Amino acid sequence: MSKIHVQTTINGEQVDFLCPPQQSLLEALRETLGMLGTKEGCGTGDCGACSIILNGRLVCSCLMLAAEAQGQEMTTIEGIADADGLHVLQEKFLEHAALQCGICTPGFIVAAKALLDRDPNPDERTIRYWLAGNLCRCTGYDKIVRAVQDAAQQLAYEA
Amino acid sequence: MATVVFPDHLLGCTNGQRQVELLVDNYRELLLALEKQWPGIGEALAKSAVAIDGQIYQDAFLEPVNADSEIFFMARIEGG
Amino acid sequence: MAEAVDYQVLGTRPVRPDGVDKVTGRAQFGADQNLPNMLHGKILRSPHAHARIKRVDLSKALAMDGVCAAVTGADFPTVASGVSIGEAGGDVMDIAHNVMARDKALYHGHAVAAVAATSLEIAEQALDAIDVEYEVLPPVLDVLQAMAPAAPLLDENCFTKNLPEKPDKPSNVASVMALSRGDVEAGFEQADLVVEGEYRIPMAHQGYIEPHACTATVNEEGKATVWCCTQGQFDFRTAIAKILDWKVGDMKVVPSEIGGGFGGKTVVYLEPVAVLLSQRAGRPVKMVMSREEVFRATGPTSGTVCRVKVGAKQNGRITAAKAWLAYESGAFPGAPVGPGAMSIFAPYDLENFLVEGHEVRVNKPKVAAYRAPGAPQSMHAMEVALDDLARQLNMDPLDLRMVNAADEGTQAPYGPKFPAIGFKACIEAAKKHPNYTAPLLEGAGRGVAAGFWFNVGMQSSAEVRLNEDGTVIVMEGNPDIGGSRASMSLMAAETLGVPYEQVKTYVGDTESTGFCNLTGGSRTTFATGMAVVRACEDIIAQCRSRAAATWGVDEEQVEWRDGQAVPAPGVNADVNPLSLADLAAGAPRTGGPILGRASLNAQGAGASFSVNFTDLKVDQETGAVEVLSFTAVQDAGKAIHPAYVEGQMQGGAAQGLGWALNEEYIYDADGVMENAGFLDYRVPVASDLPMIDTEIVEVRNPSHPYGVRGVGETPIVAPLAATANAVRDAIGIRINDLPLSPPRILAALGGE
Ligand code: FES
Ligand code: FES
Repeated sequence: MSKIHVQTTINGEQVDFLCPPQQSLLEALRETLGMLGTKEGCGTGDCGACSIILNGRLVCSCLMLAAEAQGQEMTTIEGIADADGLHVLQEKFLEHAALQCGICTPGFIVAAKALLDRDPNPDERTIRYWLAGNLCRCTGYDKIVRAVQDAAQQLAYEA
Repeated sequence: MATVVFPDHLLGCTNGQRQVELLVDNYRELLLALEKQWPGIGEALAKSAVAIDGQIYQDAFLEPVNADSEIFFMARIEGG
Repeated sequence: MAEAVDYQVLGTRPVRPDGVDKVTGRAQFGADQNLPNMLHGKILRSPHAHARIKRVDLSKALAMDGVCAAVTGADFPTVASGVSIGEAGGDVMDIAHNVMARDKALYHGHAVAAVAATSLEIAEQALDAIDVEYEVLPPVLDVLQAMAPAAPLLDENCFTKNLPEKPDKPSNVASVMALSRGDVEAGFEQADLVVEGEYRIPMAHQGYIEPHACTATVNEEGKATVWCCTQGQFDFRTAIAKILDWKVGDMKVVPSEIGGGFGGKTVVYLEPVAVLLSQRAGRPVKMVMSREEVFRATGPTSGTVCRVKVGAKQNGRITAAKAWLAYESGAFPGAPVGPGAMSIFAPYDLENFLVEGHEVRVNKPKVAAYRAPGAPQSMHAMEVALDDLARQLNMDPLDLRMVNAADEGTQAPYGPKFPAIGFKACIEAAKKHPNYTAPLLEGAGRGVAAGFWFNVGMQSSAEVRLNEDGTVIVMEGNPDIGGSRASMSLMAAETLGVPYEQVKTYVGDTESTGFCNLTGGSRTTFATGMAVVRACEDIIAQCRSRAAATWGVDEEQVEWRDGQAVPAPGVNADVNPLSLADLAAGAPRTGGPILGRASLNAQGAGASFSVNFTDLKVDQETGAVEVLSFTAVQDAGKAIHPAYVEGQMQGGAAQGLGWALNEEYIYDADGVMENAGFLDYRVPVASDLPMIDTEIVEVRNPSHPYGVRGVGETPIVAPLAATANAVRDAIGIRINDLPLSPPRILAALGGE
């Protein structure tokens, strides 16, 4: 089975990799590229632990073929913080204790970033519906929603 | 004399006796005394937890037992 | 009930030490461990719920390119019954046979063989090449059906335990138990009013988001290292060693970060298999479960049938209560019917009661602990019956509970007298809560219920190390599932009298820290916390003696205050206080590094009570429930890090709501689970829930240096009945069974 050569941009960097035709993007990220921050909770698009932002859209990387990443631009959890430090969302998740075990956290932070990128001032209902594709079994979502609300306020204030 | 109470599922070991009074100084002596009275009960008790004066011990050993102590054997509790 | 003591750092909400790694994706979870030259392992699972395994032929699989090892049950050593493995799930023989079936497959998904190959794809193809001959047997899927005398037997060697007479016939009933006091029938005769019901709840899964995963490597010396997500590295080490007949000392278990457990990661599944495969192949082996495997072959908690009868006087005082409980244990014994029976009446002061419990084997996965194991199911029955009672008495449901509430000195149904407990304080707090005094929205219903969990202590060790610069390292052995590192750091900082930032807590592997029982039973903050406090006291004692040596005074003349050694009042010494940094700097001259240690078997974990209430609305067209508000009130003894205590309460509430409203294992007639994925096994999502309001009550636990009670288990107990009672209030019809899913509610509405 010959492998496919993929050129893509991950967190602002040009990346090249080879993948079998059936490999998911999640597997390529984790196994081939060693980017382990993106998590697998189900592999079937039901938990959101594998969330990434692809060309500005929130997607489940477990549902995408690695080969489809050709020529695309993506952001993973590893690209949310920068040299200046944590993203406001990350700070707010810590401040609000919005994680317990933390396995869902990368997915939630990526999903919340995608939300705030398009709607800087979402109300609680919007946040809850936007994040409905991400499962958290530990927190009951209360502190996650509050962290996102607080991050939105902080970003608005900084803007 | 300390009062020792057995739950229903241990009554098979005590010929149906639910309660016994014993004079002992600590838990180890208590076990020895009970084993003497009902040979073989020790094995069942080792799988139980015990409450001595309201304090629950999963693994009691030399805990003191007073003349007016109340001792209850109970199932061990695990957790999630 | 406010704490009188003023603390420096306890009760604050600092950022957890492992936080940054968890929000940036750096933290390593179970599936994140990769080793050079590593193979991928996969498990072949039984396609039948009940079958004799006549023959397993691995030869075709082993002949495939890239397949390096394959094993079946016959490759595992014979394990004798009778030894139980700590808290990790019961009898070692049962666990061994659950890890890999021997002569019989006992549920759909039961492991039958395993392979290790150079890639996941090859491993999966190799599974298809394994040839298994089964003799299919009729499955037993329902707890009551399994108890019937004519039911097919899972195990011809299973004789019911604890019967007064030794049984002469085998049975699917693994054990029975009973608890009683007083004269129940006389109690019912005194009653003005009697309510009763039968309540059924199907199996439900813990639903942790991280699937089980491990990587094992066995070297040429026969020493193994296992990286895995576990609630207890030490209990896993024991289990793996016992199942494989290895020496504990030849096995090292390194806990990864753990993506949720709730009791489900107290048991080994993959680990012994990965070790065996690695030994055979001479290379590291990684195994990760799919979500489907997690549903079919791990967890869940017992499906149950509970019957309850309660009699009371007009004034609400209960005169007698009776319960009959049947818990599914799945394919092997191990159902939490004991705690279910001991907790059902625990919140109440009862003179006459009888509880009979049955643990029943069925052809479904072996149950594992799930948060307050056994209590949610039995207490759902009691708390629903009490709600019916309150209605008939025309009494506020909280008042009914207050009239019967257990308090300090009440003899618990399971034996001992309660020390100080917070149940009455919780009822009072709930009654005063603005959500309770607020009027109900039109068309909505409100439901109330109480919760309880014993909590446990058990063994813990901790080591506290003073770094050269006066910063402090706490080493302990309990995987951090919900912020426990932060709680340990807080308790250490409080005891030492230093800022939180000066302390950092690490979770060690089985070779870098002393023995700790697993994280579970709400024991970590209580028991390991106690060990950390004692280890810090050890440091303080050493610091005082170093300071005394430095100043040339007696040890008694040195006090420890605000993180410094100071001369005791009245001691005439013209010296400057010595901080941890000073003492650390001076350590080479005063006796070498400063290291504190403690190990203990913690007793006196105080019970934690709760009261929950919820407002909800039922859509008459669709049967869907909308939760409008949920309020959890719980006694935490002392909340070390209140945000994580609230988090436990909120998370438990969400799990309980899911269990009450949607979650259930659905089986077809052949014993195949029909909803083995998150799409069809529907756990609550953010848009299903409102904010979950919490109120922490603090009634000090006298057995802990800071008054801590475990908080992790209790939160899941009360939501089941609170939700059921609110639905009853909203639609005017009592539905006894869970989940209260739209079809069930619609059927009830249509049936009237
Ligand atoms: S792993 Fe992709 S949605 Fe669950
Ligand atoms: S914090 Fe554990 S799943 Fe969300």
